[in-house]
Order: sequence, then C-alpha cells, then structure tokens
Amino acid sequence: MTTAPTYHSGYTAPRPSLWQKILSKQPFWVMVAVVIIPLIMTVIEPSFRSAFFSGENFVNNTRNFAFIAIMALGQVAVMITGGIDLSVGSTLAVTGIVLGLLMDGGHSFWLAALAALVTGIIVGAINGYLIAYLKLSPFVVTLGMLSIGRSVALAISNNKFFHKFGPDHLLLLSVGGGKTFGIANPVLVMVVLALVMGFVFRFTRYGRHLYAIGGNEHASQLTGVPVDLLKLSVYVISGLLTAIAAILMVGWLGSVTNGIGIGYELRVIASTVIGGVNLLGGEGGAFAAVAGAALIEIIRNSLLLAGVDPYWQGTFVGIFIILAVLLERLRGRKVG
Amino acid sequence: MPLLEMTNVSMRFGAIEALSNVDFYLEPGRITGLMGDNGAGKSTLVKIIAGNFPPSEGKILLEGNEVRFHKPVDARQAGIEVVYQDLAICNNLTASANVFLGREVMKGFWPVRILDNWNMSSRSKELFEELKSETRPDDVVRSMSGGQRQAVAIARTHLSQAKIVLMDEPTAAISVRQVAEVLDLLKRLRDQGMAIVLISHRMPDVFSVSDQIVVLRRGHKVADKPISQSSPEEVTGLITGAIKAA
Repeated sequence: MTTAPTYHSGYTAPRPSLWQKILSKQPFWVMVAVVIIPLIMTVIEPSFRSAFFSGENFVNNTRNFAFIAIMALGQVAVMITGGIDLSVGSTLAVTGIVLGLLMDGGHSFWLAALAALVTGIIVGAINGYLIAYLKLSPFVVTLGMLSIGRSVALAISNNKFFHKFGPDHLLLLSVGGGKTFGIANPVLVMVVLALVMGFVFRFTRYGRHLYAIGGNEHASQLTGVPVDLLKLSVYVISGLLTAIAAILMVGWLGSVTNGIGIGYELRVIASTVIGGVNLLGGEGGAFAAVAGAALIEIIRNSLLLAGVDPYWQGTFVGIFIILAVLLERLRGRKVG
Repeated sequence: MPLLEMTNVSMRFGAIEALSNVDFYLEPGRITGLMGDNGAGKSTLVKIIAGNFPPSEGKILLEGNEVRFHKPVDARQAGIEVVYQDLAICNNLTASANVFLGREVMKGFWPVRILDNWNMSSRSKELFEELKSETRPDDVVRSMSGGQRQAVAIARTHLSQAKIVLMDEPTAAISVRQVAEVLDLLKRLRDQGMAIVLISHRMPDVFSVSDQIVVLRRGHKVADKPISQSSPEEVTGLITGAIKAA
C-alpha cells in the first residue's frame, strides 16, 4: 500500500488567540458599554458623576437588574435549545401571588416560598410538556401561558393588593430587601445562580446537549441525546428561576399585586439578545444574560440621572437591542 | 461466513412492494457500492439494515445470529452505524464535541462530573490522524469544509468501533477535490476491516473505491458481482432497465 496523501483542501480558520476569543464575544462588548456609558455621561453632564457613582445608586442599579438577570438566566437555557419563553412575566405574577396569598393567610415564609417555587416548576413543566412532547411551537405555547398566567394571578388573588405577610412579614422583607456582606440579596442570588448556570452550560454533559439540540435537534436525537426530556427541563428551569425572582422581588417591594411583572418577558428577552444569545439556538451563556440585563439598567439609569424624559427610555433600549443584533451580524461576517 | 447476510428480504408499504425477495450480504474489509434509480429500493434496504423498521419478510443474520431490529438504537448497539446524507452534525459545536456527542467522556466524581474536553480532543485528534484528515478537533464545525465535515461524521463511526458503516451519498454535496478526500477515508475504513455500504449516484466514485457492486431496480436485485467484472456502461444499463440482469 502506498502512503495515503494528506489533503490540504478546504478552509481552515487560523487558531484564535485567547485575546481574539475574548474580543469575539458579545458579552465582553456589552460590559465595555456598561463601563463606557456612565463615563461619557460624566463628561457631558458633570453633575451626573456624583449622582451615578454614589453608593446608594450603585446598590439600586445592581438590585434592579438582578431580578431581570435571574429570569434571563432561565431564558438563556431555553434559547440555547432554540426555544423561547414568553410567559415569564406572567409566571412572576402567579408565583408572587401564591407567595403573597399563603403568607397573608398566616403561613410561614418557608412554606409559601416552597409553594411559589413548586408553582414555577409546574408552569414550566406545562410549557415544556406541550413543546417537547406534543411538538407545539414554543412561541405559541408560551404566548398562551402568558395570558393564562396573568389571568390565574388575577383570579386567585381576586384582584387583591397584598402588603401584610403574616408572622414572617419581616423575614420576607429582609430576604428581598436586605443585604449580606454589604451586597443586596437579589444581587448575591443572581451571582450564585449565574455561576451555577455558567458551570452547567460549560462543563456538564447536560449543558453540552442543550447546545447540541440548538445546533441540530435531529442530529442530537440520532446520537441518542434525550431531546424531549431536555427541552422539557429548560422550561422548568425558566419557571423555577422566575419563581426565585418573584420571591426576592415581592420581598424587596414589600407588596404584590397581580399586575407585577407586566411586560417583563420583553425586558428578559431583550437582555439575552443584547448579551448575544442567538434566537435560533445553539449559542449563548450565563454571562450574556447578566451583561445584557446590566446594560439595559445602565441605559435606563443614566438617562434618568441625566435628566432625559423617561418617556424616551424605551427608544434607547430598543436602539440597543437592534445594535446588538447588528453587532452580531458584523462579528458573524468576520468570524465566518 | 459473511458479516451480514440477508435472505429473501421483502418490504411492503401497503400495496407497494419496495423490496422483493432480495438477498444481500456484506463481508468485512469490503466496500459494496449500492446503486439504483430513485425509488429502486436503496434507501428501504439501508433503512432495514440500520434498524429503522424490520422487513415484512425475510431473515437477517449478523455474524451468523438472526437479528431483528426495531429501532436505530438496536442496530447501533449491534455495531451498525449510518453516516447520513445531511451528516447529522451540530454546526455550533467543535469537531471533537460532535465526535463524542452522546458518548461524552467525563471526569471527576459524583456529583461534580464534568466534561473531559482535553481527553475528547486528544482522542479526536488521534482519530483524525488515523483517517489522515487535517480536521482540527477544537475547531467549530461551522467553519469547516465539506470534506472535513465528512471526516467528523466518519470519525464518529470509528469511535464506536462499528463493524458495518452505511454511507448515504457521502459525496453528493462537496467539491471535486473533497470527494477524493472522502473516498480515501472510505478506503482507510475498509483497510481496518469494516464492511462499508456506499450508496451513491456518482458512477466514478462507486467504481473508484468499491469491491462489489449491487444494483437494484424496482425493488429487485438485478446485479451483485465484483466490480472488476462490471463496467459503468453495464451498470447504467442495469439501472435504467436496458439490461435486464447481470
């Protein structure tokens, strides 16, 4: 037998250095924007500096985006598989109302929190079952759940405003509104969850399979990946993380109505898109969710402190969403 | 003894007889070219071997033992791998992640079991070297050429120590130069003792690597002979029906 030739045909990309890898990541650029925007604002508006860089404002900022970021972490898991969860705002309301209803009825914080978490899991499991096993479109199923969730929240709360939370009232307020080691609790929870989800996405077989499903669902099925079960699981994760956000948020607000979290699904999805998560699936990470949520909050807060009419906030956030997709397109062209 | 022996296999879908009394056998270390027009029964035959459905009639022996596959997983566990036309590859993952998809190597102890990417990457590198392919294990498949993607799909069958590899149109969608690369991959698999079925419409490819040629027409086997005793002209005649049988 003669020695077989080695072919040099085809395009092989040059191996990127670590620095190039970082530069090609969208969340990196988002974090750059998070740092640069306040600096620019400081130059334009000198009074901005003292307001923005005050410790009080920092705590508020980080806490405000923590709720969205926690929900976005679940959304990223869903989006990696190529799905979408539009029901998170309504899930926030249902789980928040369950918490409020039970605590108002004199039950302990722990029981009520557990019930809220289980409710979140149930909502996610219903979404996931319909999508994974009955093969219904994620967009339609979760759009339906968006309506159902809001309506159930209204029905079980009987449109009541909860602001007294029984014997564990203060415990709830301290969980959501308190600080540990000088950091607001929701922020700590967000950091821990981001690390856990980041680890799961990057280092576990489960995470690898989520990306595989997003890349080629049929191929994943053929290689024995339990596609249906994994798709169910990401909606459960989204529901569970939304319930965690609900508990923290109700504690921070000190009250809950069925109107909580209206329109949050858009803020959550905007965060993931700005962070560089691909709506078609197969791409994204935990850092993307946090970075995207942080950028939206920075834009909002900077405009507010700079004295821009709050009516214009939506315009700026919208511009950044479109810029994010544009940036992704430009990167895509370079990377190939 | 042949590795795989199918006798009198028929397959009916309702009133349509897709395969009629076909005998088919595979030997280790041999490439069998399977040809026929669209609807001749090629894919039905391959799907039976791959375990997509059992035949309506007939017997299948694998290494002398009768087998009856109901699911693709049954066939895969028996050492039969399919390389699909669309390659069944995840573009967003690295070559190594694709090779090990569903068979990931893990390290650490429960509950912290993590992917052993280094191990998978170095084993993929060995596989690609064995296949004399330039494919780099840590590159994302999206940026790869058709030939490299084929190498990824083939390395996957290699990893599983398959005995039989069914190749569905492996050269249909790639450039001429890459075709040579893929055909070399096939020869290398054969030299390692695998039985390979090459389903292709491309006469030159089939004649350049196959040892045996099987032609189907309208569900019947019309030829099964060493390729050296056939010719492209004869095979064309057999496919179209100009020659009844050979």
